[in-house]
Amino acid sequence: MNPLATIVLLPLLAGTLLCFGLGRDNSPARRTLTALAAGSVTVAALALLLSLAPQVLAGQTLIAHTDWVPSLGLSIGWRLDGLALLFALLITGIGLLIVIYAHFYLAASDPAGKFYTLLMLFMAAMLGVVMSDNIMLLVVFWELTSVSSFLLVGYWGHKEEARAGARMALAVTGGGGLVMLAGFILLGQVAGTYELSELLTRGDLIKADPLYPLLLGLILVGCFTKSAQVPFHFWLPEAMAAPTPVSAYLHSATMVKAGVFLLARLYPALGGTDLFEGVVASFGLATVAFAAWVAIFKHDMKALLAYSTVSHLGFITFLIGLGSPLSAVAAVFHVLNHATFKAALFMSAGIIDHETGTRDLRRLGGLYRLMPWTATFAMTAAAAMAGIPLFNGFLSKEMFFHEAVESTLPWGVAVPVIATLAGIFSMAYSVRLVHATFFNGAPKDLPPDAHPHDPPIGMLAPVALLAVLCVVVGVLPAVTYGPLVQVAASALLGTAPPEYHLAIWHGFNLPLLMSAIAVAGGLALYFTLQKSFGLPGYTPQRWSGKASFTCLMDSLFALAARLTGRIENGSLQRSLALMVLLVLILAVAPFGAADRLPEAGSRTLLDAPPLAIVVWALLLAAGAALVWTHHARFQAVVLTGVVGLVTALTFVALSAPDLALTQLSVEVVSTVLLLMGLALLPQTSPRESTSLRHGRDAALALAAGGGVAALAWLMLTRDHSSISWFFLDNTLPGGGGTNAVNVILVDFRGYDTFGEITVLGIAALGALALLDGLRVKRPTVDTAGRAWTFEQQPLMLRVAARIVLPLALVVSAYIFWRGHNLPGGGFIAGLVTAVALVLQFMALGQARAESVLHGAAGRRFSRWIGSGLAIAGLTGVGAFVFGKPFLTSAHGHPTVAVLGELPLASAAVFDLGVYITVVGATLLMLSVLGAASKESHG
Amino acid sequence: MNVSMEFLVASGIGWVTACGVFLMLRGRSFPVVLGLTLIGYAVNVFIFAMGRLWTGAQPIIGNGEVVADPLPQALVLTAIVIGFATTGFVIELALRSHHESGTDQVDGKEPGA
Repeated sequence: MNPLATIVLLPLLAGTLLCFGLGRDNSPARRTLTALAAGSVTVAALALLLSLAPQVLAGQTLIAHTDWVPSLGLSIGWRLDGLALLFALLITGIGLLIVIYAHFYLAASDPAGKFYTLLMLFMAAMLGVVMSDNIMLLVVFWELTSVSSFLLVGYWGHKEEARAGARMALAVTGGGGLVMLAGFILLGQVAGTYELSELLTRGDLIKADPLYPLLLGLILVGCFTKSAQVPFHFWLPEAMAAPTPVSAYLHSATMVKAGVFLLARLYPALGGTDLFEGVVASFGLATVAFAAWVAIFKHDMKALLAYSTVSHLGFITFLIGLGSPLSAVAAVFHVLNHATFKAALFMSAGIIDHETGTRDLRRLGGLYRLMPWTATFAMTAAAAMAGIPLFNGFLSKEMFFHEAVESTLPWGVAVPVIATLAGIFSMAYSVRLVHATFFNGAPKDLPPDAHPHDPPIGMLAPVALLAVLCVVVGVLPAVTYGPLVQVAASALLGTAPPEYHLAIWHGFNLPLLMSAIAVAGGLALYFTLQKSFGLPGYTPQRWSGKASFTCLMDSLFALAARLTGRIENGSLQRSLALMVLLVLILAVAPFGAADRLPEAGSRTLLDAPPLAIVVWALLLAAGAALVWTHHARFQAVVLTGVVGLVTALTFVALSAPDLALTQLSVEVVSTVLLLMGLALLPQTSPRESTSLRHGRDAALALAAGGGVAALAWLMLTRDHSSISWFFLDNTLPGGGGTNAVNVILVDFRGYDTFGEITVLGIAALGALALLDGLRVKRPTVDTAGRAWTFEQQPLMLRVAARIVLPLALVVSAYIFWRGHNLPGGGFIAGLVTAVALVLQFMALGQARAESVLHGAAGRRFSRWIGSGLAIAGLTGVGAFVFGKPFLTSAHGHPTVAVLGELPLASAAVFDLGVYITVVGATLLMLSVLGAASKESHG
Repeated sequence: MNVSMEFLVASGIGWVTACGVFLMLRGRSFPVVLGLTLIGYAVNVFIFAMGRLWTGAQPIIGNGEVVADPLPQALVLTAIVIGFATTGFVIELALRSHHESGTDQVDGKEPGA
C-alpha cells in the first residue's frame, strides 16, 4: 500500500480497532496495553513520516491517487509537501506525547478504551485533513475532526458543562464546515478541478472569477470557525470542559490549527489579493488583541490559555493574510512554536489541576516551592508565550512585529500599535499565569486531601521535552525548525521564499523596541491591575459570544416549538386536512402562474352508451349515499363494494379484462376483510363533527375531486404517445405470449413485479406483526341487539363450499395457465384461489379451516409468502446460469403427444411465484384477523 | 349533446376522490379506511386512463388492428393487489389502535379527553 495512505489508515483502522478492542475491559493491565497500542500506532505513523521527510525536505511533493467516484471528480488523493509534513509531524509528534501524558492523567475509573479510540480517530482525521490532495476528501476529514472533537470534549458525558461545550463546539465548527463545503463546491466549479495539485496552479483563473468573493467568504467562514477567530471564538473556551490532554492536543496544537492550515494550503489559489489580505489580516489582527485582552481577566487557567490560544491563532491568521514571503515564514514558524509552548502549558495546567484539585488562579499560589520541576517547565513555556528573548516565541513575535510595521493594510499606523498592544496583553496574561500559580503567597482553600507535589515522570516528561524544545529552538532556530519552516513556507507561497535568517539578533530596530515595550508594558499592566484594580475579584458581567450563541440557539428552539405547535397540535385530522390543502395549493399554483387556463384537447371522444350513463349515475348515488350514511358502518362497507364493482365494470367496458378480473376478486376478499375488521370495531361512528368541520371538509373534498376530474378530463381529451407500442410489438416475439399485460408483468417489467410482490408480502407480514397474539373480545349482539351465533355454520354454505373448492382450484389453474396468452395470470389466479379458501373459512369456521391448511393463526402463511418470493427470485437468478441478466426470460413451444403444442416460458415459473405469494399474503391477512377474534366469545 | 365516455370517467374519478377525501378527514378510523379504499379506486382508474380510453380493443395480440395501451393496465393490476394489501394492513392497524387505546378515534383519544 502507498505509504501516504498508510500514514492516515494506521490510526484510522489499526489505531481505533486496537484501542477499542483492548480497551473494552478497563482493568489496569488493559489500560496500559491500550495506551501502548495507541502509542505504537502513533510511533509507526511518525516513523513512516520521518522516512519520507528527507524527500520532502529536498523539495519534492509526494502525491498518490486512487479513483473514488471519477464521474464526480472525486478521488482519494494524498499529498505530502512541506506544509503537510510540518502539520503531520506536529499531529503525530505532539500526539505521541499526549498518549503518554494521558495514560497518567486519566483516573482509573475513566474508560481508557474510549479515550484512546477517539484520540486515534481524531488523529486520523487531522492527518487526513493535512494530507488530502482532493478538497472533497479534505471536507470529509474536516467534518470528522469536528465529530471526533465533539466526542472528545464530551468525554466526561456526565458533566453538564462537558455536554454543553461539546455541543457548542460541534455547532460552530461543524456548521462552519458546511458553509465551507459550499465554498469548496464553488471553488471546484470555478477551477474545474477538485484536485489540490491542479487547483493550486489555477489561482489566476479563480481570482479573476466573479464568484471569487463569494467562495472566498464561504471558505473563510469555515477557517475562522475552526480556528476560533473573532467573532466565532467563543466555542473554544467552552470546549475547555474537555479532559486536559484533549485540550492540549486539539485546542492548542492540532484541530484549531486546521483553519490556519487551510488558509495556508489554499493561499496559492485564493490569497494575494487585496480582498484576501484585507479580510484575513484584519480579522487576525482584531483577534490577536481582543483575545489577549480578555485572557488577562480569566481566573481559570485553562480559560486563560484558551483565550491565549485564540489570540495566537489570530497572530498566525494575520501573518497568512499579509502573505508577504517573510510573513509566510513567520506564520509556519509560529505554528510550530505555539504548538510547542501551548501544549506544554496545557499539560502543566492539567498537572496542577491534578495535584491541587483546582485551576482557579485566585486560589492557587506558591506552588513553586511545592512542585519545582513543573514550575520550571511551565515558566519556560510561559516565557515563550510572552515572547521573552532566548525562547522560541520571541523569534516569531519579532517577525510578527516586523510584518506589522511593514504591512500595507489600509489601517496605517494602527497596525503596529495594535500589534504592540497585543504584545503587552500577552505579556500581562503570561505574567499573571506564572505569578498567580507559582508565587503570590500560598494556595488558598485547597481540598483537604490535596498535597501538591511534582507528578510521576510519565506526566512530567512530555512537558519537559517541550519546554526544552522552547529553549533550544529559541537559541538555535535555523538548525532545528529551520529546514521544515523553509519547505512549509515554500508550499504556502507556491514558490520558495527569498533568503531570510532565523536568528535571535537582528540588531537594534523597531521590532526590538516594540518587544521591549511589550515586556515592560505587560509587567506594568499586570501589577497595576493586580494591586490597584483588584484583578482577582473581577467578574465579567457583559455581553459575550457564548451568551449570544446560547440566546440564538434558545430562540431558534423556541421558534421551532412555536411553529410546530402552530402547525401540528397533535390532531391527525387537522394534519391531513392541511396536507390536502397544501397539495391543492401546489397543484393549482402553476396554473395560476400560466397565461391562460389549459383547454380540452382535440382527441376524438367515445360516445357513451346509455348503460354507461346508468352505471355512472349509480356510482354518483353510491358515493353520495356512502358519504351521507357512513355512520352506519355495515352499510358503508356495502356501498364501498358498489363503488368497487363500478370500477370493475369500467375496466370491462374499456378493454381491460385482466384488471376487471383482478378488481372483482380483490373486491370479494377486501369486503370480507373489512367486515371481519368491522366485527371487532364499533358498529357505528358517532356524529361528532360540527357543521363548520363538515363544511371545511366538504370544501376540501370537492376541491380535490374537482381538481382530479379536471386533470383527468384534460388528459383524456388529448392523444398520447407511449412506450407501450414497443411492448406490443415485442410481446409475441420477445415474450412468447399474446396477453400484453401479462407479458409486461412477468417478463418486460418482471423486476417491478418482483418488487411489488415483495411489498405485498411485507404488508401481510406487517399485519401479522400488528395482530399476532392479539385477542379481541368480539361483540355478542349486533347494533339492533340481536345475538350473534358462532357455533353453527349454515349447512347450505358448508355444502356449497365443499363443491366450490375443487372447482375454484381448477378454474384458478386454468386462469393461471392461460394468463400468458389470454386474460389471467398469477395475480388473478392467486386471488381466485384465495377467494375459494376464504369461502372455506366462512363455511367451516376459523379453527377447522386452519387445521386443514395448517395455518397456525396465520403464522404459517408467512412460509407461503417466503416460498413464492423464493420461486420468483430463483427464476430471476436462473437467468444468470445462461449468462443473462436477472429475470431474463426464455420460452419455447415444444409439441407433446396428446396435449399438442405447449407454449412454455420461464416467465410462467416466475408467475407461479407471484401466484403463491398472492395466496399466502391474502390468507395471512384474513387468518390473523380471524385468529384475533377466535377466543373469548361469550 | 352526446355524453362522452371520457366525461363519465373523468367526473367519476373526481367524485370518488371527493368522497374518499371527505371520508379520510373523519375522526374515526373505520371511515378513514373506507376513504383510503375509495381513493385507491380513483387513483387506479386515473392511472389506467393515462393510456386513454379504448373500447373493444383488449391488449391481446392478434385480437385486431387497434389495441389498448397495455402498460398502464399492467401497472394498475399490481396496484390493485397492493391496494388490497394496504387496506388489509390499515384495517388491522385500526383494530390494534382501538385495542390499545380503547377508542377508534384516529388520535387515539376520545375528543375532549
